[in-house]
Amino acid sequence: MAIDKILVLVELTESGPTATSLELLTAARGLATTVEAASWGPGVAAAAGTIGEYGATTLYDIGDLGGALPGVPVAGALVSVLSTSGASALLIPTSYDGRDIAGRLSAKLNVPVLTNVTGLNNDDGLSTEHPIFGGTQIVHAKFTGTGVGIYVIRAKSFTAEPAGGAAAAVVAAAAPAAGNTGTATIVARHVEERSGPKLDEAAVVVSGGRGLGSANNYAWINDLAKLLNGAAGASRAIVDAGWVPYSHQVGQTGKTVKPTVYLACGISGATQHLVGMKGSKNIIAINKDQEAPIFSVADLGIVGDVNKVVPALIEALKSRG
Amino acid sequence: MLAMNVVVCVKQIPDPAAPQSLEASTNTLNRTGKLIMDDSDAYGVEMALQLVDKAGGGEVTLVSMAANGEVSGLRTALAMGAAKAILVSDDALKGSDALGTAKVLAAAIKRTQFDLILAATESSDGYTGTTPVQLAELLDLPSITFAKSVTIDGSTVKVDRQTEAGYDEVTSPLPAVVTVTAGVVEPRYPSFKGIMAAKSKPVDQVTVADLGLSPSDIGAAGSGQTITKVVDAEARASGEIVVDEGDGAQRIVTFLEGLKLI
Repeated sequence: MAIDKILVLVELTESGPTATSLELLTAARGLATTVEAASWGPGVAAAAGTIGEYGATTLYDIGDLGGALPGVPVAGALVSVLSTSGASALLIPTSYDGRDIAGRLSAKLNVPVLTNVTGLNNDDGLSTEHPIFGGTQIVHAKFTGTGVGIYVIRAKSFTAEPAGGAAAAVVAAAAPAAGNTGTATIVARHVEERSGPKLDEAAVVVSGGRGLGSANNYAWINDLAKLLNGAAGASRAIVDAGWVPYSHQVGQTGKTVKPTVYLACGISGATQHLVGMKGSKNIIAINKDQEAPIFSVADLGIVGDVNKVVPALIEALKSRG
Repeated sequence: MLAMNVVVCVKQIPDPAAPQSLEASTNTLNRTGKLIMDDSDAYGVEMALQLVDKAGGGEVTLVSMAANGEVSGLRTALAMGAAKAILVSDDALKGSDALGTAKVLAAAIKRTQFDLILAATESSDGYTGTTPVQLAELLDLPSITFAKSVTIDGSTVKVDRQTEAGYDEVTSPLPAVVTVTAGVVEPRYPSFKGIMAAKSKPVDQVTVADLGLSPSDIGAAGSGQTITKVVDAEARASGEIVVDEGDGAQRIVTFLEGLKLI
């Protein structure tokens, strides 16, 4: 039996719904008779067309939050949206704000959150998939509490496909007064520019890890990414060490990538990293330790010194013009 | 602020470097062996110590829960310089989910004075990443997650918070809950003196009953979710692993050519 109604929380950027939001709308469409959406920010009404195209009939507009961090006001608005909507499940994208909203809402409604979801099935009710132990095993779980099930879903768990529906009907759903919890305020925003294709959209991702030996050697990763028209990524180890900004991080706490080719240079392949790149179509790994876990997922593994192989690879690609 | 009291939520987890397993009866992570302090928590402990130091007074209190009464992970944080710890230890805690954990931590934190609560963005074993925000909601406090820098200005906390695009400068009145990323500070190594001193620092062990919590709110009973099955993931076909004999770069070129990427 199909699930009656699912509500999807849609995150917006200046150019419309995020890719993960559209993936969730697509997944919800396959599981529920009715899909509704909720979103916030100044551009909600403008996104009604796209959101409808991906299957939502109604779009609850929480409105512009001014400088407030979204967690508290959006969760507050969702309490009434869920009661109006009658949806039995709420899908939230895994993101900085998504997790804040899920946590706040969970405590407000006294229901658990199922996080790091990478698959949804209708198994006599909604059932979830969560990868564990570096993605070697999949846990299947179900929400058994009373009320709404809250699911926080990882990027690229589904493929987004439009269904060609009409624009979603926009319904105002303003956030209630937040009181003391809502006093955290954004006073300035900073955008860190990246050149070249985006890490989570590039067909080729070249990532560097601690095996590079020093921050200076990361320049090779940038060079190689540029030569392959790809994006430069990093393991958590070198982000923590301050070699590159966090925006480069691939893994559990960073970006999930699924490029045509993932080239791991001097990365051992800790669980936290594998989870973020294991879905790549082709994986090439260079590491001096033959026992490194990265080789267990590699299609081509070079056991060698990354500081010799990578410069040689750059020269070889350059000489091809 | 002349004195700054900081609570740091610390999780003791099975050593991530050791093989992990699930308990056969519940399919939850096997936590029966020795537990260590989650590496992710070292950043919060260090940040707290630095903030107290800068304020010129106050102390760092650790709050943790562990079904089996484990304290070795807490001793690590005490050795770094935390003054004391509250450990909620009870069989009834087994199988607690993130919200149940937040309820326990909230009740424990109410027993101490604090201006700021710090936690990691997520644990390295469960990586749910929602407990600190649930905790904030239960304590009726504002929260700022994913801090890459934390400073205190009078009764305000100022945080640079990571975003998809870069970072936001966010402020909040104290008390507040802040989660810190691994980049926020460089954790110190406990000194020998610190390790010796930690042995005599107070660890207040309390039970669920001491906190006045109902068993139906916590543990497996309160979790509102069940694991229906655990299956092996589809394995990737094993690839070609070769030792570089000067031809490594050329092999990669050939591989990329095969994919028509170059």
